[in-house]
Amino acid sequence: MATPRALVLRAPGTNCNEETAAAWELAGASVETRRLGEILERPEALDAYQILTFPGGFSYGDDLGAGRIFATRLGTVLSDALRRFHDRGGLLLGICNGFQILVKAGLLPGLASAASLTHNASGRFESRWVRLLPTPGLTPFLTDSDPIELPVAHGEGNYVAADASSGRVVLRYADASDRPTETYPANPNGSKDAIAGLCDATGRIFGLMPHPERHVDPLHHPRWTRNGPKAEGDGLRIFKNAVAAIR
Amino acid sequence: MLWHLQIDPAPGRVDRSGRQAAADAAELGLTGPWTVAASRGFLVEGDLTLDDLDRAARTVLADPLVETYAIRSSREQVDGAGTLVHVLPKPGVTDPEAESALTLLRDLGFAVSGVRTIRSYRIEGPAATLPRLISRILANDAVEQAVVGALPFDRIGQGHPYTFRRVETLIRGLDDSALMVLSKQGQLYLSLDEMRTIQAHFEEQGREPTDAELETIAQTWSEHCSHKTLRGRVEFEGEVIDNLLKNTIFKATTDLNLDWLVSVFSDNAGVVRFDDDFDVCFKVETHNHPSAIDPYGGANTGLGGVIRDALGTGLGSKPICNTDVFCVAPPDYPTDQLPTGVLHPRRVLKGVVAGVRDYGNRMGIPTVNGALVVDPGYLANPLVFCGTVGVIPRGMSSKSVHPGDRIVALGGRTGRDGIHGATFSSAELTGESESLSGGAVQIGNAITEKMVLDVIIQARDQGLFRGITDCGAGGFSSAVGEMGAETGAVVDLENAPLKYEGLSYTEIWISEAQERMVLAVPPEKWPALKALCDSELVEATDLGEFVDTGRLILRYHGAIVGDLSMHFLHEGRPKVVRKASFTPPVERPVDLVAKDDFTPDLLAILGLWDVASKEWIVRQYDHEVQARTVIKPLVGAMDDGPGDASVVLPVRGSMRGLAISCGINPRYGRLDPYAMASCVIDEAIRNCVAVGADPARIAILDNFCWGNCERPETLGALVLAAQACHDLALAYGTPFISGKDSLNNEYTHEGASLSIPPTLLISAIGQVPDVRKCVTMDLKEPGNIVFLAGMTRLELGGSHWMISQGRDEGRAPQVDPTLGKALFFTIHEAINRGLLRSCHDLSEGGLAVAIAEMAMAGCLGLDASLRDVPCDDESAHDVALLFSESPSRFLLEVKPEHVRELIDLFGELPIGRIGEVMGADAARLVVRGLGGDPTIDAPLSDLKSAWQAPLRW
Repeated sequence: MATPRALVLRAPGTNCNEETAAAWELAGASVETRRLGEILERPEALDAYQILTFPGGFSYGDDLGAGRIFATRLGTVLSDALRRFHDRGGLLLGICNGFQILVKAGLLPGLASAASLTHNASGRFESRWVRLLPTPGLTPFLTDSDPIELPVAHGEGNYVAADASSGRVVLRYADASDRPTETYPANPNGSKDAIAGLCDATGRIFGLMPHPERHVDPLHHPRWTRNGPKAEGDGLRIFKNAVAAIR
Repeated sequence: MLWHLQIDPAPGRVDRSGRQAAADAAELGLTGPWTVAASRGFLVEGDLTLDDLDRAARTVLADPLVETYAIRSSREQVDGAGTLVHVLPKPGVTDPEAESALTLLRDLGFAVSGVRTIRSYRIEGPAATLPRLISRILANDAVEQAVVGALPFDRIGQGHPYTFRRVETLIRGLDDSALMVLSKQGQLYLSLDEMRTIQAHFEEQGREPTDAELETIAQTWSEHCSHKTLRGRVEFEGEVIDNLLKNTIFKATTDLNLDWLVSVFSDNAGVVRFDDDFDVCFKVETHNHPSAIDPYGGANTGLGGVIRDALGTGLGSKPICNTDVFCVAPPDYPTDQLPTGVLHPRRVLKGVVAGVRDYGNRMGIPTVNGALVVDPGYLANPLVFCGTVGVIPRGMSSKSVHPGDRIVALGGRTGRDGIHGATFSSAELTGESESLSGGAVQIGNAITEKMVLDVIIQARDQGLFRGITDCGAGGFSSAVGEMGAETGAVVDLENAPLKYEGLSYTEIWISEAQERMVLAVPPEKWPALKALCDSELVEATDLGEFVDTGRLILRYHGAIVGDLSMHFLHEGRPKVVRKASFTPPVERPVDLVAKDDFTPDLLAILGLWDVASKEWIVRQYDHEVQARTVIKPLVGAMDDGPGDASVVLPVRGSMRGLAISCGINPRYGRLDPYAMASCVIDEAIRNCVAVGADPARIAILDNFCWGNCERPETLGALVLAAQACHDLALAYGTPFISGKDSLNNEYTHEGASLSIPPTLLISAIGQVPDVRKCVTMDLKEPGNIVFLAGMTRLELGGSHWMISQGRDEGRAPQVDPTLGKALFFTIHEAINRGLLRSCHDLSEGGLAVAIAEMAMAGCLGLDASLRDVPCDDESAHDVALLFSESPSRFLLEVKPEHVRELIDLFGELPIGRIGEVMGADAARLVVRGLGGDPTIDAPLSDLKSAWQAPLRW
């Protein structure tokens, strides 16, 4: 079977591209990292890939709002190419700043539905581990309902939508009893309905605030010295699921 | 047309900035009540209509889902309740968000010529206090201007054309007092001896120096760049020490002669071998004076600067983690007692944390280790230390410069920011510093530096340059001057890309604008480098050529504006000769109070700033970006315990790790500088060892921050500390690989002088053979046995117990290096054999605090006794056993089945059984005294709330 080809797209200020590429590799994809500028010049270059990733970071310094400038550049030049990519079954994954880009570009929750990711309710950048409840079956990235643990590191992760029913919520922050929560710090940003990740109607566009690429190794977990290392990092499953879906 | 776009939180959304400003006012004791409504916004200049800007606002500048906006011409009066105050960056101050907005708006086809960010406040409150609210909270006069009422601008001022005029400074024939006036008024900050040397040099040349030449010499000879005190001649107790640094710290490294040291004390960072394929480097810098004036900008560019140090080491290392240590005055310091020109410590701390956060997070470099020291001595001179660890492929740790190589500037543009940073940081702060040296403060743009980083690593791997260094203090003058020291250089200053017009050739030459690197590029590689930079949107400029003349020639459009001998520049400075002496303070005997219950004492210490939880700081830093961090700064059942050191994986796919830690304790420094230096070295090493680093592979860095070393007593303390560094490094086999000093941390106002306590930060980088064996400090399982390893002595001098009691008795702890070394190696062996479930070093607050931290972090109770604590006769009292801060001690948690093996492994070394881990249902800390009754007994929840309360901001 052919190895799925994943593209990691970076812009000035993107800073999670290396570990995101490493995660795709570990999951069995063949991965390339390219500059947004290259793709803007040659949108058809997207045709060579089945998976497109928008990694985390501070694209353009988070100036004018996280993801705003990247999304604007994407929207003005690439909207057709992205639609083509999506229509032919391509998967789009946005992590943290990548999720912010997908939302601000209107790719999530879906066309004609305004949404944003705004400042955390705490008013601060928050770096911490969270427990998450996946909803399986709606997106190829999430195939079972076992809770997963991942770190978040963001200042603007509070999901706000003009139409609360838009989008498909597939990942929620959980409290210690594995119930969705709006309470800090288990919900680090105050998102309503505990929203940590969304997909579009097809399930092929998936965005999330937590960082799956930072929990691909059992030693990434903050409590491995207490509970012993797991068999594999929880985040790796998300990448493996996508690779399996393409195959 | 100049428009003002004002952006407010949408109705129903919280105005966080406004609330924060009102809360800050209340915290600082500015009598209110205050109601503050805050807006963000932009001043936008250009040929665009109101409709154009409305479209821009709707689509990119504002977020209509959560914000509303209004557009008006800049001078339009706006009605509303309260006083309107606008705050915006001063002309020439870097404004990254405005730069981004300008670029994007132009790309989208808007006719925009300039953009500036602006914040506006509507304030209701007592008019008399308003100016203090503005100056203490809303605006920082060093970099921002505040406008009360309508905006007086109709254009964004950004410099005027520069008319070239070659400026000479009269130095020949000046008498001594005139020379000193020149030194001070020209902000050269050179001594009379140095001024005379310069005068003689130019008398020999038969001409006057140009301003650029004089500035170049001042920058190069500054304390900041040349470390003239530490490298000078010191007379101490009848002995003459020629070059203190070379004869103490550096000597220990040379004498140790270890085969894993790659490059020490020669490059921007110290380099050690990591594995067969990679070296690692580490550098820690201070950025104290700029942070005193503008905490945010100072810390921001402090971190940016040390990252460039790593980037400019060898042929460029890739930064993999950062560290930060702050020393400030108590954040609850009474506002009305602040000296003139001094910022409130709370504002300083918030500012420096935000500065490190915004730079480190944006660079995508995890901040993994740090410390906070709070002492009134740092009121006017807060200290900011930032460190960066980098990874370099083996064989790329050295660099060269050949005549004929192009001098290439890469990265940010040059502006008027940071003029006189090197000389200013070597001067004392005064009440007027803020206004005098405002230009010395820089604002960073992390994204520019991230782009520079990306391009340099690629260029290195493609072999596109031969030498590299960063533009730090002194700007081009230091960078080119250093790189070309052995060859010579010709620089065409008009080639430097400028942020705005109007800079003189001298300003271009000495500007400390951020995010710039200088490279030596073989001419045949220049086109490839330029193409790579273009593709990554990084500006690269050919500034001139390295030559073999031994001269530094500066040209501006062909006119020679500087022609200096490199030899004079680097070797011509007269040696500083200083006298040093030291009178130890009289030791006051310890009054060993006998009390039944020390629980209140423990709770008080847990609530002292240095010991209290730093979670508020740590969580604002991304400590996991790059996915390398396998031992986090916060550990334990709730991810909130204070880890001893973080561990990162420098090489993806390899299990070999690096532990990063530090040691600092100015309280001991006041009593006994030798003991202080020994103790903080010991602390940095034992923190590393506690998580699993191999004590035979730990390297350390020194950062001395001292007062005015022209005072013999101050310098004497420094000499003693440096001697301790030598002795301990040698005894422990732990080499110093790099360092940086910051002297003259004093504040003078109206004749009174305030000096910082002698402060030595030791940062350690230890190699962990296999990170899967790492240990954390949180208690793990009920039923396990807890041991104390190491000797407790009556060492309460400078201890946190003394501070908490408001007393100052006793002697500072002394290191026994023979014992310490044996303990380090034995602990490491115990970790290697998998005998330890947890391990924690004892530091501030002694046994009581360490044991409380382990229990809190593990959410498990502990039943302990002082009976078997290994100690000498003098310290056999509850208070000493609980709170003494004797070095080289660890607490170890061991499974019952491993107890025998551990005891055997320790052999003759001091180790005693302290207690047993209890279940979560018995979540108490009980410590029985020598009499057998509990001397500490508290629920973990009480301990934790005392420990978390101070920094729950």
